[in-house]
Amino acid sequence: MSQATAIPAHDPVRQGAHGHAHDDAAAHHHPIYDYDSGPPVDRAKFAIWLFLATEVMFFTGLIGTYLVLRIGTSSWPNPENRLAVPITAANTFLLITSSWTMVRALHAIHNGSQKGLIRWLGCTILGGATFVSVQVFEYLELIHHGSLPSVDIFWSTFYAMTGFHGLHVVVGVIWLIAIWISAVRGKFTPQNYLRVELAGLYWHFVDLVWVLLFTIVYLM
Amino acid sequence: MRDASSTAHAAHAAALHPGLGAPGTVHEIHEHHEIGFLRKYVFSTDHKVIGIQFMFTGLVFFLLGGLMAMAIRWQLAWPWTEMPVVGRVLFPNTGRVISPEFYTMLFTMHGTIMIFFVIIPLLTGAFGNFLIPLMIGAPDMAFPKLNMFGYWAMIPAILCVLMSFALEGGGPAAGWTAYPPLSTIEKAAPGSMHGQTFWLLALTFVGASSMMGAVNYVTTIVKMRAPGLTMMRLPLSIWGLFIAALLQLFALPVLTAASIMQVLDRVLHTGFFTPTNLLVNQMTPESAGAAAGGQPLLWQHLFWFYSHPAVYIMVVPAMGFASDILSTHARKPLFGYKPMVYSIMAIAGLGFIVWGHHMFMSGMNPALGMTFMVSTILIALPSCVKVFNWLATLWGSRIHLTSAMLNALAFVAMFIIGGLSGIWMASTPVDIYIHDTYIVVAHFHYVVFAGSVFAIFGAIYHWFPKMFGRQMNETLGKIHFVGSFIFTNCVFYMMHQIGIAGLMRRTADPYAYDVYAHLQPLNQFISISAFCLFAWQIFFVVNLFHSIFWGKRVGRNPWNACSLEWEAPSPPGHGNFDKKLTVHRGPYEYGTPEVAEDYLPQARSI
Amino acid sequence: MRILLTLLFLALLVLGVWTFTDAHNHAWWLPPNVSSYGGDIDRLFYLILWMVGFFFVLTEGLLVWCVFNFGRKRTTKADFTHGHHKLELVWTAVPGLLLLVITFTQMQTWAKVKFKSNFPDVKPICEVWASQFDWRMRYPGDDGKFGTVDDIENPFEFVVPVNEPILFNLRSRDVIHSFFVPYLRLKQDAMPGMVIPVWFQVEKEGSYDLVCAELCGWGHYKMAGRLKVVSRAAYDAWLKKSKEEMNSNGSEDKS
Ligand code: HEA
Ligand code: HEA
Ligand code: CUA
Ligand SMILES: [Cu+2]
Repeated sequence: MSQATAIPAHDPVRQGAHGHAHDDAAAHHHPIYDYDSGPPVDRAKFAIWLFLATEVMFFTGLIGTYLVLRIGTSSWPNPENRLAVPITAANTFLLITSSWTMVRALHAIHNGSQKGLIRWLGCTILGGATFVSVQVFEYLELIHHGSLPSVDIFWSTFYAMTGFHGLHVVVGVIWLIAIWISAVRGKFTPQNYLRVELAGLYWHFVDLVWVLLFTIVYLM
Repeated sequence: MRDASSTAHAAHAAALHPGLGAPGTVHEIHEHHEIGFLRKYVFSTDHKVIGIQFMFTGLVFFLLGGLMAMAIRWQLAWPWTEMPVVGRVLFPNTGRVISPEFYTMLFTMHGTIMIFFVIIPLLTGAFGNFLIPLMIGAPDMAFPKLNMFGYWAMIPAILCVLMSFALEGGGPAAGWTAYPPLSTIEKAAPGSMHGQTFWLLALTFVGASSMMGAVNYVTTIVKMRAPGLTMMRLPLSIWGLFIAALLQLFALPVLTAASIMQVLDRVLHTGFFTPTNLLVNQMTPESAGAAAGGQPLLWQHLFWFYSHPAVYIMVVPAMGFASDILSTHARKPLFGYKPMVYSIMAIAGLGFIVWGHHMFMSGMNPALGMTFMVSTILIALPSCVKVFNWLATLWGSRIHLTSAMLNALAFVAMFIIGGLSGIWMASTPVDIYIHDTYIVVAHFHYVVFAGSVFAIFGAIYHWFPKMFGRQMNETLGKIHFVGSFIFTNCVFYMMHQIGIAGLMRRTADPYAYDVYAHLQPLNQFISISAFCLFAWQIFFVVNLFHSIFWGKRVGRNPWNACSLEWEAPSPPGHGNFDKKLTVHRGPYEYGTPEVAEDYLPQARSI
Repeated sequence: MRILLTLLFLALLVLGVWTFTDAHNHAWWLPPNVSSYGGDIDRLFYLILWMVGFFFVLTEGLLVWCVFNFGRKRTTKADFTHGHHKLELVWTAVPGLLLLVITFTQMQTWAKVKFKSNFPDVKPICEVWASQFDWRMRYPGDDGKFGTVDDIENPFEFVVPVNEPILFNLRSRDVIHSFFVPYLRLKQDAMPGMVIPVWFQVEKEGSYDLVCAELCGWGHYKMAGRLKVVSRAAYDAWLKKSKEEMNSNGSEDKS
C-alpha cells in the first residue's frame, strides 16, 4: 500500500515536522521513521484540498441561506436599483484576471524564471488588493447612503455574502504577499514551488466563489 | 528498499539532491540538547502531549458539566428549595434558590459544555491525537504545529464559554440548540445579553479547533500509514476517528456560517432569523432598528445539518474504541471487519440526510418530515449490523473481565437502549407525542453518556498504560464501573417513564400542572441516583491520579494486543517507534492457530 | 466476580422489562387518551415498543449469556473466525424488513394528523396566539373574520365543543412556542411568522392541561393553558355570552 512517493526533501511541511523533530530530539538516538502511503500527492496539497472542501461547505451554508431567504421573500428588490452593477462587473473581471496572472506566476517559476514569478505574483497581489479596495469603497458609499445591514433582509444578506468573500480575499492577498517576499528572497526553484501552488489553489477558489456570488447577488 | 539503512541513505540523497524522492524517509538524529518544560508540556507539538492536554481539559469540563447536571437534578427534584451549601454561595440574591432564568442557563451550558467541551474533545481531541499516529505507525501527525494550534484554539473557546456564564445579564439561555428568535432578540431573553453572543463565539472557536484537527487526522491517516498497513487493515478506532473527522470537515463549516449569522443578527441587527412583525415585550425588532424578514426555521435546518452529524461524531469513534477493546479483551478476532467498516460509513453517510428528524413538529412541511422519517429509520440498520457483530465477537470468545472490557460491554448494552428509543422518535406520529419530552432526554443520555462516556472510560483504562507507562488499578476500576453502571441506569432509564408520562424537557418546575404532579417522587429518585453517580466518580479520579504516579509499571504490550501502538515503548518517546515497522496482517488476529500465543501482532513476521 | 457481573448486566435486562410492564401501575405511563387520533398514535407507540422490546431482550440476553458463559477462565483459545456472510445477511435483512414495516405503518397516521389534504373541511374555530408566557385564544365575532374589532379574546382557556373536528390556526407573537396537550397526543410548534393550521377532535368532555413544549424563555415552565371541552350547547351558550360581554364593553367605551 505504502508506495514510493517523490517528496522534495525541502518541502515546507516536512521541514516543519523535522524542524521540531530536531528540537525535542533529546534522550532518543534512534532514527525517526516517517512513511508515506496513500495517493501520490504531497501531504500539504492533500490537506489544502481538504481545507478547500470545508470552505466549499462554508459558502454552501451562506449561499444556501441567501437563496432560501430570497425565494422566501415575496418582493425581493431588484439588485440593479440598489447596487452599482457595472463597477462590480469590472471588479469581477479584475479578479478573474488576477487568477490568470496567478497561473502565469506558476508557469514562470516552473520554467525557472524567478523574475517572472515575482512580476506575476505582484500583478496578482495588485489585482486582489484593488478588488478589496473597490469593495471597501462600495461599502462606504452604501453606508453613507444609510444602507446598513440592519435596514432590511436584502442588505443583511448582501453584506454577509460579499463581506465573507471579501475577508477571504484579504487573507489571500496577505498569503500571496508572504509568498512574494519569499520569492524576492529567491526561496523558490523549479523543483520547489509547492507553497506558490498552495496559495494559488486558494486564490483560484476565492475567485470561483466570487463569480458565483456576483451572479446570484448582483445579476439574478 | 524498505529497511532502515537504505531508506536512510535515500533520505540523505534527497537532502543532497533536492527533488529526489524517498519511500518513507528516515532521519538520523544525533544532536542532544534539553528542551524546557514549557516547550515539552505546554507549547508542545507532540501529538501524545497534545492528546493528554485535550484529555485533562475534557475531564475538567466533564466535572463542570457534571456539577451543572447536579444543579439541574436538584431543581427538578425539589424545585425552588434552598440548595444546601452551594446555594448560599451561588445565589445569594435569589434567596439561595435556583431562579428560573438560572435554570435555563444551567441546562443550556450543561448541554453545550458536555457536547462541545467534553465528548468531542475527549473522543477526537484526546484519543484522536494520541491514537492515530501510534496506531498507524507514524512518528507524529502530518502537521504537528497545526496540531498544537488546534489545541490552543480551545483556549479562547473556553474563555468565551466561561465568560458567557459570568457576564452581566447572565449566560446564554436558549438551550444548546439556540433557536431564534429567542436566541437572537435580546429582549426575548433578558438574561442573556452578551452571554449568547459569547456562546456563539465559543462555538466558532471550538469549530476552528475541530477543523484543524480533522484536516490533520485525515491527512495523517491517508498519507502516513506504515508499509503494509492498508486501509482495510486499520483498527476500527482509526476508522471511527477517520469517519468522524470527515463528518466534521463537511458538516462543521455550515454551523460556523450559521453561528456567525446569528452573531450578526445579535450585534449588527441583521435579520437572517428574525421574521417580520414580531412583538417582543411590546416592541417589534423593526422599531428597534433591526432588520426583519428572515426565517427562524432556517437556523434549525443549518443547526441540525451540523448537529445531527455531530451526534454521530460523538458515537462513531466510541464504537471504534469499543470494537478494539472487545476484540482484545475477548481474545477473539472482531467479527465481520468489513461490515463493521461499511456500517460506520453508512451511518456517517446517512447522517447527512436525517437532520430533519429534530424538526418534525417545527412547522416544516410534513411531507418533508415523512422523507426524513424514512432516512432516519434506515440509519438503524448499520447500527444493527454493528450491534450483532459485537455480540458475535463475544460469542465463543475468552472474555477477560478487565475494567476496560467491562466499560466496553456496558457501552454495547446501553447504546442498544439509546438506539432503540431513537426508533420511537424517528417515527413521526409517535414523535408528535414524545418530541421535547424526557424520552428524548433519556434517549440521548443513553447514547451519549451511557454510550460514549462509558466507551471513553473503557478507552482510558485500555490505553492508559501506553499514555503513562503504568496501569490503572483494576480493583478501583471495577468498583468505579459497577457503581457507575447501576446509578447511570437508575438515572436515565427512569427518564423514559417520565417522558412517556408526557413531561416536557427544559421545565424548571413541572409540578404545577396536574398532568405531571405525580411525577415528583420519581424525579427525586432520579436525582438521588444522579448525586450518587456523581459522587461515585471519586473512585475514577483517585484511580486516575494515583495510577499516573504510582500505578503498576508495565511493558510495551500489557494486554497482549495486536495493533501497532503496542509495538512502541510505553510511554512512547519522541517519534514514537524505535524500530522499523512492516505490517503483515489485520489488527485482530487473536486466538490464531498460526502461533503458540493467542495473539499475532500486525507487525510480527512469521 | 464473573457471576456478579453477569447479574449486573442481567439486572439491566430485568429493569428494562419490569419498568415497561409495571410503569402504568404507577401512572408513569401514557396519560389517558381523549382524542380521535390519539388511539392510532398509541397503537404505533406499542407496535414499536414490542418490536424494539424484542430486540432489546434478544441482544441484551445474548450479551448476558456471553458474559456468563465465555467469561469463564479457560485454557483453550477462542474460536478463530473473522465473520460469516450468511449471518451478516440475516441480521441485515430481518431488521431491515421490520424497519420497513415500521416505516410504512407510520405514514398513514402522520398524514392523517398533519397533512393539510386530510384536514376536516370546517372553518377555523379560533386563532391560538402564543406569546411569552401565556396563551390567547381569539375567536371570530359575527363577521366570522379574525383580526376585526368584534373578535373575542379569551386568555388561558381554549373552549371547544366535544365530538366535532376542530380546526384552529396556531400563531406566535414573539418566539417559538409549542402547543402540547398530552391527553390529545397533539403537539405543534408555534412558529413566529407562520400561520399553522392544526386539527383535532376530542371525544370526552373535560378540561385538559395545555402546556408549552418548546423552550421560550425563563417563563417556559409556567406557560400554562387549558383546553376546555364542553357539549355543543354549552359551547354555543359560552360563545353567545362572551360576545355580549364584548359588545357591552364596546358600548361602555363609546359612552
Ligand atoms: C451519540 C449520540 C446519538 C446517537 C448515536 C443517536 C442515534 C439515533 N438517534 Fe438521536 N439524538 C441525540 C443523540 C444521538 N442519537 C441527541 C443529543 C438528541 C437530542 C438533541 C436535542 O434536541 O437536544 C437526539 C434526538 C433524536 C431525535 C429527535 C427527537 C425529538 O426531538 O423529537 C430523533 C428522531 O428521530 C433521534 C433518532 C435517532 C436514531 C434513529 C438513532 C439511530 O442511530 C439509533 C440506531 C441504533 C439502534 C436502533 C440500536 C441498535 C440496533 C439494534 C439492537 C438492532 C435492532 C433494532 C431495530 C430493528 C429497531 N434522535
Ligand atoms: C453530551 C453529553 C452529556 C452528558 C455526559 C450528560 C450528563 C448528564 N446529564 Fe445531560 N444533557 C446533555 C448532554 C449530556 N448530559 C444535553 C445536550 C442536554 C440538553 C440541553 C438542552 O436542553 O439544551 C442535557 C440535558 C439534561 C437534562 C434535561 C434538562 C432539562 O431539559 O430541563 C438533565 C436532567 O436530568 C440532564 C442530566 C444529566 C445527568 C444527571 C448527567 C450525568 O450523567 C452527569 C454525571 C457527571 C459525571 C459523572 C462527571 C464526573 C466527572 C468526571 C468523571 C471527571 C473527573 C475529573 C477529573 C479527572 C478532573 N441533562
Ligand atoms: Cu412558550 Cu415554552
Ligand atoms: Cu439527530
